Amino acid sequence: MRQALHAESTKLRTVRGTGWLLLAAVALTIALSVAAAAAASCPSGGCSQDPTKISLTGVQLGQAVIAILAVLVVSGEYSTGMIHTTLAAIPRRPTVLAAKALTVSGVVLGAGIVAVLGSLLAGRLLLPALSLGDGPTLRAAVGSVLYLILIALLSLGVATAVRDPATAIGVVLALLYLFPILAEMVTDPSWKRHLAQIGPMDAGLAIQKTTNLPGMPISPWAGLGVLTAWATAALLAGALLLHQRDA
Amino acid sequence: MTSGTITPYRSQLPAGRDGFAQLLRAEWTKFRSVRSWIVGLAVAGLVTVLLGLLSVAGSHTSCGGSPGGPAPASACTPPLGPGGEAVSDGFFFVHQPLDGDGSITVRVTSLTGRESELEPWAKAGLIIKESTTQGSAYAAVMITGDHGVRMQYDYTHDTAGGTGAVSEGSPRWLRLTRSGGTLTGYESADGTHWTEVGTARLTGLASTVQAGLFVASPDHEEYDQSLGASKTTGGPTQATAEFDHVALKGDWPSGTWSGEDSRGGDSGRQTSVEAFQETGGTFTVSGSGNIAPALAAGGNTVEMSLVGAFAGLIAVIVVATMFVTAEYRRGLIRTTFAASPRRGRVLAAKAIVIGGVTFVAGLAASALAFSLVGRIRRDHGDVVLPVSSLTELRVVVGTAALLAVAAVIALAVGTVLRRSAGAVAAVIVLVVLPYILAVASVLPVGPGQWLLRITPAAAFAVQQSLPEYQQVGNAYTPANGYFPLAPWTGFAVLCVWTTFALALAVFLLNRRDA
Repeated sequence: MRQALHAESTKLRTVRGTGWLLLAAVALTIALSVAAAAAASCPSGGCSQDPTKISLTGVQLGQAVIAILAVLVVSGEYSTGMIHTTLAAIPRRPTVLAAKALTVSGVVLGAGIVAVLGSLLAGRLLLPALSLGDGPTLRAAVGSVLYLILIALLSLGVATAVRDPATAIGVVLALLYLFPILAEMVTDPSWKRHLAQIGPMDAGLAIQKTTNLPGMPISPWAGLGVLTAWATAALLAGALLLHQRDA
Repeated sequence: MTSGTITPYRSQLPAGRDGFAQLLRAEWTKFRSVRSWIVGLAVAGLVTVLLGLLSVAGSHTSCGGSPGGPAPASACTPPLGPGGEAVSDGFFFVHQPLDGDGSITVRVTSLTGRESELEPWAKAGLIIKESTTQGSAYAAVMITGDHGVRMQYDYTHDTAGGTGAVSEGSPRWLRLTRSGGTLTGYESADGTHWTEVGTARLTGLASTVQAGLFVASPDHEEYDQSLGASKTTGGPTQATAEFDHVALKGDWPSGTWSGEDSRGGDSGRQTSVEAFQETGGTFTVSGSGNIAPALAAGGNTVEMSLVGAFAGLIAVIVVATMFVTAEYRRGLIRTTFAASPRRGRVLAAKAIVIGGVTFVAGLAASALAFSLVGRIRRDHGDVVLPVSSLTELRVVVGTAALLAVAAVIALAVGTVLRRSAGAVAAVIVLVVLPYILAVASVLPVGPGQWLLRITPAAAFAVQQSLPEYQQVGNAYTPANGYFPLAPWTGFAVLCVWTTFALALAVFLLNRRDA
């Protein structure tokens, strides 16, 4: 396993796009967060909206870049044929997938911390109502980093299952972005609620809410649990297919 | 030994033609011979239809009827105006028949709301209406809560007159005359100097019409921004107006006034007793409701059936990107450019092929989704506000065109980036994410509307079937189905983005080594 981890981190480090993608993820997250915070009308006395959630809006954009990174970790190898070498060197395929998952999680953890902290600090400057020290905001911050890691794992699982990079990123973004649109379109309140409860993005981002919690379709940690279930299912499907198929 | 020159080898085959048609044929052959792309396009069409069906299963916009059972069709259909559009036609009407030409003049001395809350679009004034049937043709001149004197007719037409509210100190005189099918509204501050506000020509107006005083006060609407973009709260309101100096000219055969709510007795929406009193030539009239076009709310529009186009869009973007990135990945691009060295033409041929194929597939899918979902919603008895066939055509064809242009921008971005994952993600984020942020997110209404003006997501305006009426107070927000740009203007925004992406792609194609 140590060798597998070493191999994966070397590959990730030496591939050209990794650094740029991580930089883009951080920059885009902070940029959209700043734009949203600047756009929100939020006097110092009270906020009509949730200041923490506004300051973390950028995660909805940054997750797309994180998804690209995670998809390329697997699909990139299929594109270039590197996967044959990888599997020849480490024939136990679940180990390869586990090593990839750990490596990507570590990298996304670092980028996520930078992106979330940057967004919150910028939000603190623009929205005086945002207090960084209180429990719900800390939970939102830690949860947002975990959210990004889970998105990366979901993408990794999907990419392992479908192999082609374009299809994989399409499937991941469809999973993320279609549930909110559908939830907005249906009018039946119980359908709306259920769609918000099972959609990976809607449920996962519940972790960012700090106000009006009882009115939410799903509680913050339960929402992150739903996303964890999605990521686990994707990884299991990927592992199963990787195990059964010829590379 | 003869030392002749060596004749270079010349192929005996005739040279192939190098026309644009051959290029198109080559690209079409490439497209149709990759099975996964055909499958991808079929998936795009399928999810467009299936998601539309799913959304109709989760939507019930019926209006009354027993729960579980289908509501009676009559209770669910809003009245239709003379132009075929859905209207709301409920106000307090004090009327008597007018035969042939004539006029009615009145002085309005006050217009007040209940508990001093007057709606900006509360209306009081004179109206001549074909009949008391809901949705019949009419013309009216009125004083409003905040928008001065207006001349309105046939629900959708509105002309502004003088500004300023009415009060005891500054009353307003109104006059409405009928001459055949021409109705003219006038206003005056003193009853002697008259200004024309507007003229309405109502074709086919019957000889005997109902004419008189009316008062309306639309439901109160309020933003609630704390839960996402915009939810509105509110309820029925009531306004009361006082009229005097009523003067009639022409043939008024009945001679007595009768007052009623134009929705009939069982409307069940009255906030309190709506009535009129006449004491010594002074009429006090109270009413609620509105006489105006109906608005999009709660998914009652025809474009609801095309929600699946978002899913189709993602599949189309994947296929269109792969149409060029696969060539880079396999090295086929070198063969392509060797066969046709003018690279801009290759990209043009690819754009035409992917755009055309997507348009045809998208048109089939959106037409199928539109008619299938529309029929199911009618069978359910859901409220769907009708629009003209021309608008329906624009919604369906516009959706197909949106998919086609999105395919071309995906092709261009794929050519620029040459890597499929990045290109697919970039295009999906550009086209879909702004819509989500504007409609289903925490962004306030203002920035959300700007997103739908400047990003490619503006193109979804082509699906908006109901226009915005400035004479009806409403939250015209993306969440309620109203885009900030006109349908084809929004579509043009996507076309501008696509043009820039194509230009950049051609520039880089010519500069870079393949």
